[in-house]
Amino acid sequence: MRLVILDNYDLASEWAAKYICNRIIQFKPGQDRYFTLGLPTGSTPLGCYKKLIEYHKNGDLSFKYVKTFNMDEYVGLPRNHPESYHSYMWNNFFKHIDIDPNNAHILDGNAADLQAECDAFEKKIKEAGGIDLFVGGIGPDGHIAFNEPGSSLVSRTRLKTLAMDTILANAKYFDGDLSKVPTMALTVGVGTVMDAREVMILITGAHKAFALYKAIEEGVNHMWTVSAFQQHPRTIFVCDEDATLELRVKTVKYFKGEH
Amino acid sequence: MRGGQGAARAPVLQFTNCRILRGRALLREDLWVREGRILDPEKLFFEERRVADEQRDCGGCILAPGFIDVQINGGFGVDFSQAAEDVGSGVALVAQRILSHGVTSFCPTLVTSPPEVYHKVLPQIPVKSGGPHGAGVLGVHLEGPFISREKRGAHPEAHLRSFEANAFQDVLDTYGSLDNVCIVTLAPELGRSHEVIQALTARGICVSLGHSVADLRAAEEAVQSGASFITHLFNAMLPFHHRDPGIVGLLTSDRLPPGRHIFYGMIADGMHTNPAALRIAHRAHPQGLVLVTDAVPALGLGNGRHTLGQQEVEVDGLTAYVAGTQTLSGSIAPMDVCVRHFLQATVTLGKASCCGMKTLRQPCGEAPMVRN
Repeated sequence: MRLVILDNYDLASEWAAKYICNRIIQFKPGQDRYFTLGLPTGSTPLGCYKKLIEYHKNGDLSFKYVKTFNMDEYVGLPRNHPESYHSYMWNNFFKHIDIDPNNAHILDGNAADLQAECDAFEKKIKEAGGIDLFVGGIGPDGHIAFNEPGSSLVSRTRLKTLAMDTILANAKYFDGDLSKVPTMALTVGVGTVMDAREVMILITGAHKAFALYKAIEEGVNHMWTVSAFQQHPRTIFVCDEDATLELRVKTVKYFKGEH
Repeated sequence: MRGGQGAARAPVLQFTNCRILRGRALLREDLWVREGRILDPEKLFFEERRVADEQRDCGGCILAPGFIDVQINGGFGVDFSQAAEDVGSGVALVAQRILSHGVTSFCPTLVTSPPEVYHKVLPQIPVKSGGPHGAGVLGVHLEGPFISREKRGAHPEAHLRSFEANAFQDVLDTYGSLDNVCIVTLAPELGRSHEVIQALTARGICVSLGHSVADLRAAEEAVQSGASFITHLFNAMLPFHHRDPGIVGLLTSDRLPPGRHIFYGMIADGMHTNPAALRIAHRAHPQGLVLVTDAVPALGLGNGRHTLGQQEVEVDGLTAYVAGTQTLSGSIAPMDVCVRHFLQATVTLGKASCCGMKTLRQPCGEAPMVRN
């Protein structure tokens, strides 16, 4: 893996955004050649989205030939609910860029047949030629997307019940009222993300430090599903200093290139 | 949003680089419109999977909803209280001319008049949707004749009336039909006002308190009976007194029915209300503030002398005098001037935009662009 450590959140967001921007530009997307991007939600990638929007507004980056696939969506939350991931993506990203709405794919948590919706999503990814770069985050319990502890490391897109840790972490978005937080979600599987040609995980903040330690300094384990990416040929972990607080000094020095 | 293939294929217009009013605040957001209706762009993106067909850069301006003027007596030489044969064309003229002031809906206002005038005029002012031809007519505002003698202001004393005898029947007899009426200003200290207020409110008509010597208790009881508006706060009512705030005290009354708000019109033409008074009202109860012009027929006429009905009026800039005197002859400040003046007085434009309109539901026309 690559472990890229920046001094703070803003620098980490900028680094990640520049990486994504360069990947898209170098790919030279066009009419018959779309760049496929997997996208996360949550507070961690907000800075990265802001930067990408900036590059777009400067005229440096177009999303005209980019297809996006979001990782997850709550089940049972109306699409226009302010906390749905559809709303998040519209407000924080899609409304500021030039992506074709037909190319912005998000799982529908209100579909009549949820498993069919998941299967169709997998099919769309396949039809798009697979994911070139899947951007993700990590939960405090080490999950990627909503692949909660105990999720199969070869899982595909499916319905998952959210873990208590996740529900607690999300409560702040629902007025602190636990009864309002959705308990189920549709999510891409660990296997789905592992299929991507390249994976970039954004991890910032001291509260994620332990999860990062478990993900990269301990073994591959379904209780810390991000650890599965130890077996991916091309993964980058982008973090700020605070996220490295639980890592060994030796690990950090190595990846910072200090001897 | 109306369904149907035709509607879906109509071009989508996106106003960018603008500030719009949403949730009582000015936000940096784009406004999306299709066939004269405002769209939810998120819904357009995820459900119809469409983008805008045309974008218009607003240059950083505020894109405001059209103003609603709930008290305007005429303008451009037209007097709504005149029993003309063709009231409709006078209303249409005013409706068309006030568009350039940013007003897209209004309540033609009739001052105290004899019953014959109401019977002749009211049926000629139907509710009408607005459009490029002119501002929409929401309904008529009847200011009087059931008002206080002492506080009649410029209203003719001879035509004041009471409803002591037959309450609501007196109201019906005076006005004729209430079909086109949406606001009635009355003085709640008049006997049997509570029955009248209840009857009017039951018909969906907004009852406004004004031209009155009511004390705070009487005003509060009127609100409890259904009154929800105050006509040109401070003018034609008892002044605020610290032991009896009168109608003005409704702004901070703790005896309003739960969940109910009182709204109040204010004339911010730089003349009728001192800026300090505007600020006091605004600070006391900002959510209830409604800017009105209370404009008279001299509105929009150029400087100089004009004959309006029985009156000779001299217009000088933003002031109208009874010709040859220093007596003010009503307001002639257009709504956009009132908004700007209010902004200057209170330095809060977001609030001004919220205040220029009541919460009346109506279909949205094309929102005119208003430069701040």
